[in-house]
Amino acid sequence: MEIIVLLKQVPSTESFIEIADDGISIKKDDIKFVINPYDEFAVEEAIRLKEAHGGSVTILSAGTDKTVEAIRTALAMGADKGILINDPAIEGCDALGTARILAAVLKDTPFDLIIAGQRAVDDDNFQVGLAVAEFVDVPHISMVIKQEVADGSIRCQRTVEGGTVTLEAQLPVLFTTQRGLNEPRYASLPGIMKAKKKPIDMKTLEDIGLDSEKVGKPMSRITAMKFLPERKGGKIIEGGSAGEKAAALVRALNEEAKVV
Amino acid sequence: MSQGNVLAITEQSDNVFRKVTYEALSEGRRIADSMGCGLTAVVLGAGENLAKEIGQYGADRILVADNEALHEYMADAYTNVVADIVSREKPVTIVVGASTQGKDLSARLAARINAPLAMDCVDIRIDNGDLTVTRPMYGGKILADIVFDGKPQILAIRPNSMSITEHAAAGAIEILDVNIGKTDLKFIEKKLDTGKVELTEADVIVAGGRGMGGSDFSVIEELADLLGGAVGASRSSVDEGWRPLEDQVGQTGKVVSPNLYIACGISGAIQHLAGMSSSRVVVAVNKDSEAPIFSKADYGIIGDLFEVVPLIAEEIKKIKN
Repeated sequence: MEIIVLLKQVPSTESFIEIADDGISIKKDDIKFVINPYDEFAVEEAIRLKEAHGGSVTILSAGTDKTVEAIRTALAMGADKGILINDPAIEGCDALGTARILAAVLKDTPFDLIIAGQRAVDDDNFQVGLAVAEFVDVPHISMVIKQEVADGSIRCQRTVEGGTVTLEAQLPVLFTTQRGLNEPRYASLPGIMKAKKKPIDMKTLEDIGLDSEKVGKPMSRITAMKFLPERKGGKIIEGGSAGEKAAALVRALNEEAKVV
Repeated sequence: MSQGNVLAITEQSDNVFRKVTYEALSEGRRIADSMGCGLTAVVLGAGENLAKEIGQYGADRILVADNEALHEYMADAYTNVVADIVSREKPVTIVVGASTQGKDLSARLAARINAPLAMDCVDIRIDNGDLTVTRPMYGGKILADIVFDGKPQILAIRPNSMSITEHAAAGAIEILDVNIGKTDLKFIEKKLDTGKVELTEADVIVAGGRGMGGSDFSVIEELADLLGGAVGASRSSVDEGWRPLEDQVGQTGKVVSPNLYIACGISGAIQHLAGMSSSRVVVAVNKDSEAPIFSKADYGIIGDLFEVVPLIAEEIKKIKN
């Protein structure tokens, strides 16, 4: 079974995000970059599927030189090889541009299954994975917490508001991950050693037959970034007893804030 | 004459419209008025009777695509049908609620029709017909303004972020001929806990963290019930197995914007703060006066949550009576 994992490198969720001087991007110098947490579930699930059904796991990413670290980590977890589209034009792409790049690679790469994170925790778009499915013309199932592959088809349980829905489709399929799917493994020391010898295929947009002028031209762009307005309050309710504090709070919620 | 309208895609499940549908319709009406065009709503997988329920929320026309293949949300059938409607109606802008379904459908649709998509819009402004939307990034740590260079713009509206407005005139219903097209997905089953208030749509959330000390969330559940709200949880209380995954608020859980968020025994890790900081009013109850949550709260009580929370519930009962 040939499995492709779409992977993005993002600031770790512990990061304190600061807006850069241009006002439309974030400061990246002091930030720790990691595999997008939802993509980590995808890597883990792909390795488990390979362990159960055989085949290989290929990590596919569009990024920069730095992205190699994230791909190596996935290889150390147990993926077999990486493909990195490394081109300065990628920086300016919107979600559809990125999806077109990834889909262009997949035109020449055989696969039975594509696994992607439901979203990247930096731009929170929920978009690239499903757009790739559209561009390579396979069905998608998003927000999956459980999957089962048998006889050339896949059955997935996905989360929806207040419950779950189970769907089935013939492979090839793209599914996206939801927290709860698995607990990603840590890379072992032998895994890390082996990963150093695993191949990462680096390509430019030209190599995959795309015109960087066209594919990098976004249909949506950021014009400003700002922080949420600071809360003025931070008002600590004082009082002699817990009962007095509770009464003062509810009075404030009722009379001042008008929320109860 | 129908060309160039704003198109609102509604969402129903088992013949009940999701709350965000009313928000999307109301916002769609406001956009249409600013642009001097009409609002067309689409109802999928239900009949004329249900379509009448949204009549008062601003749509001039309500298109009904009723077909057995649309009774449950299926990404492939829904994308085919909506793309078909888009090619006939040629809307200037499409609005949809950013629910699980709305996100799934809008992402596939944007790729199908090659249109720009802004996910989880919390604010939409129109200046001389040009749209600027604001949406959260980095799990809510940042708000970004977005403009578009392509049409139709697809705006997926974050639940609980836009107000609902009723209108006097009822929209005219049109029944569509539906062509489902090629589909690959097969529906197996749906399991819903219908009694539960959905976190992303709740007006009030009472959330518990590590300070709960175990899986007994009864004090929090009682306060949430009393306020008609939902129970949320921090990542640590989910990791401990005290609460199910779907209750998790934060950067790798749900990002929520209720009217009132009451954080109990939650210290306020940066990922949690990102997930709840767009709440309108925040209350924190925590033993530790140094907890970061107090800097993001409008009101704080330093104390034992097991003592304080039931007393808050008592005081609320007094007001309600």
